Amino acid sequence: MKRIKKGKQSGSAMQNSGLIDITHKKFRWSEYLAEKIIKGVAFLSITIIILIFVFVFREAFPIFTSAKTPDKTEVVKSKDQVQETNVAVKIQTSNSEVQETYGEVTDKPAATDVQETYGEVTDSSTQSETSDEDYTVSSGSGYDDNQTALKSLLTKDWVPVSQKPRYGILSLIVGTFKITLISILFAAPLAILAALYTASFASKRMKEIIKPTIELLAGFPSIVIGFFALMVLATFLQNVFHYDTRLNSFVGGIAMGIAAIPIIFTITEDALTAVPSSFYQASLALGASKWQTAFFVILPAATPGIFAAILLGIGRVFGETMIALMATGNAALMDLNPFTSVRTLAATIGAEMAEVVFGDTHYNVLFLIGALLFVFTFALNAIAEFYVKGKLMKRIQGK
Amino acid sequence: MIKSLKNNLKGILIEGLTLSSALLIIAILIVMVTVIVIGGKDQISWEFLTSFPEDGMTKGGIFPAIYGTALLVLIMAVAAVPFGTITAIYLTEYAKEHSIIAKTIRFAVRTLAVIPSIIYGLFGLGFFIKFVGTSMDNAFLGGQLKWGQPNILWASLTMSLLTLPVVIVSVEEALKTVPNDLRAASLALGATKWQTIWKVVIPGSISGIMTGTILAVSRGAGEVAPIMFTGAIYYVATLPGSFSDQFMVLGYHIYVMTTQSANVDKTLPIQFGTTLVLLALTFILNISAIVLRYRIRKKKIN
Repeated sequence: MKRIKKGKQSGSAMQNSGLIDITHKKFRWSEYLAEKIIKGVAFLSITIIILIFVFVFREAFPIFTSAKTPDKTEVVKSKDQVQETNVAVKIQTSNSEVQETYGEVTDKPAATDVQETYGEVTDSSTQSETSDEDYTVSSGSGYDDNQTALKSLLTKDWVPVSQKPRYGILSLIVGTFKITLISILFAAPLAILAALYTASFASKRMKEIIKPTIELLAGFPSIVIGFFALMVLATFLQNVFHYDTRLNSFVGGIAMGIAAIPIIFTITEDALTAVPSSFYQASLALGASKWQTAFFVILPAATPGIFAAILLGIGRVFGETMIALMATGNAALMDLNPFTSVRTLAATIGAEMAEVVFGDTHYNVLFLIGALLFVFTFALNAIAEFYVKGKLMKRIQGK
Repeated sequence: MIKSLKNNLKGILIEGLTLSSALLIIAILIVMVTVIVIGGKDQISWEFLTSFPEDGMTKGGIFPAIYGTALLVLIMAVAAVPFGTITAIYLTEYAKEHSIIAKTIRFAVRTLAVIPSIIYGLFGLGFFIKFVGTSMDNAFLGGQLKWGQPNILWASLTMSLLTLPVVIVSVEEALKTVPNDLRAASLALGATKWQTIWKVVIPGSISGIMTGTILAVSRGAGEVAPIMFTGAIYYVATLPGSFSDQFMVLGYHIYVMTTQSANVDKTLPIQFGTTLVLLALTFILNISAIVLRYRIRKKKIN
């Protein structure tokens, strides 16, 4: 152990002076290079974060500078003969998705089928104001006044594809928060209680069943959870609660909760087991029972960790795309009823990015939404990381 | 006496509550798996796995999607595993535990792990396609559009960024299980630091690197959001032959078939079949990763 330390010290001394360290060991170019290369690669993660920051904002930025001509020639899906048919499929099918909000699709006959068979919001009375606007694939490029777009940003009308596009992200934000609340209310108690069981009551055998199972659940692709929610959960919940729209924020929230459970469980469990055993023993020695210790000693001691777990769970749900696309109905309504459809921020990007024109206002707004998501999850992670962990350490070590 | 009885009852109730939460989570998992297995098992056949889709996805198989997924994770792993491993080596072997650099890198890695996958998709579009791809086109092809559009290379690289933290965390955990005595012995025999890492530390943590790779592959196979606009496509008649081709992928296939295809009812069995294939794939990968990791942890204790 000592020897290693010595080696490290001499290594760093060498770096600092740039000279050959005669007393300890020979300077070797290969060693020096290896260390530098490894260090350089290690910086990659930091670089990626910065690049994500820069490039997501770069594409979102033009929205703040007015009077800009969008690049009309570059369309996301393009040219090759083989792919042309697919573009048709893609555009046609995605129309069916956005159709409710954006009005009538005139030239794509098959699009309505989906709505009927899958029970996405068919009741369009709330969006009647938008239904008279014609939908054309290329209409986005005809309108590029970023100033107007910027002004409409804080309204509740999300109508990006029409003669007069409006980009009110308020309903998207409210929808995202609504669904996040539902899923955390579902996932957090369940995951925390399960973690408490695993950390305080479970036998070793039980632990060996529960922990790998939750790891398996963590490995579930969100598309599979979304598929399950769409096919089974939505019908089941509708039969239980008897609401009108089959796909709504409640179904989406539960499904996203399933995705968030492993995260909340794992971090909570870590926080609970990090509580020193002296706490446990002292509590038992004072005559407290096992459950009292678990509930009144261990759980409070680990609250900052549990808080971090919930924050990261929120981050997971907030940015979840595939489940939102599949199970929430995707209508940009703004109300607080848990049984209406919502359109989340992430789902909006996922659904609309594929058919916008590069450089268009709509494209920039989608990147702006992405930047919002990025900043939000980054902040959540930073809070979980610095504030909570510092507090946890203080509390446990009694400093 | 009565008080203690009451307390006991409370204790049983509370323990029961926590236990039932744990069991409910397990039940959710079992229900999901059962539903998908029952719905998809009749669909699974050799033909389904090895043939192309026919009649607007209502018949035939999903071979191109399986092939595309395999190719995607292969390119992704080739990009992510070396970089992830080297970062982990830096963190455990070179950086001092509490130095600012190490802390910053760790924070960056954890941030990468929590950034929503859709943001990676946006980044892939903004950076790889619009910035790198377009620059490449302008520099080498005189502005002819080849790299400045979605393709399998950009999709795989985007995915590799997403799975980088998975690799780093697993490899780091494994590197820490290599006993310091081994490092000291190697250094004492006159090996340099790099020789020690290359000949002692890495071979000792190869199972950890494998765990990381498997977990990354499993994650990459299941994610859809990052590749939705960086290269995945619903239907293409040929298998991807070069880096600049678009490709079909299992997850995206499920997404489009369930929510956007014109005849959802007709493709229902195929939807279940495809989901079952994807689920089985991630399950097998995850279970092997769990077993491997379990072994590493056991080694650490011994």
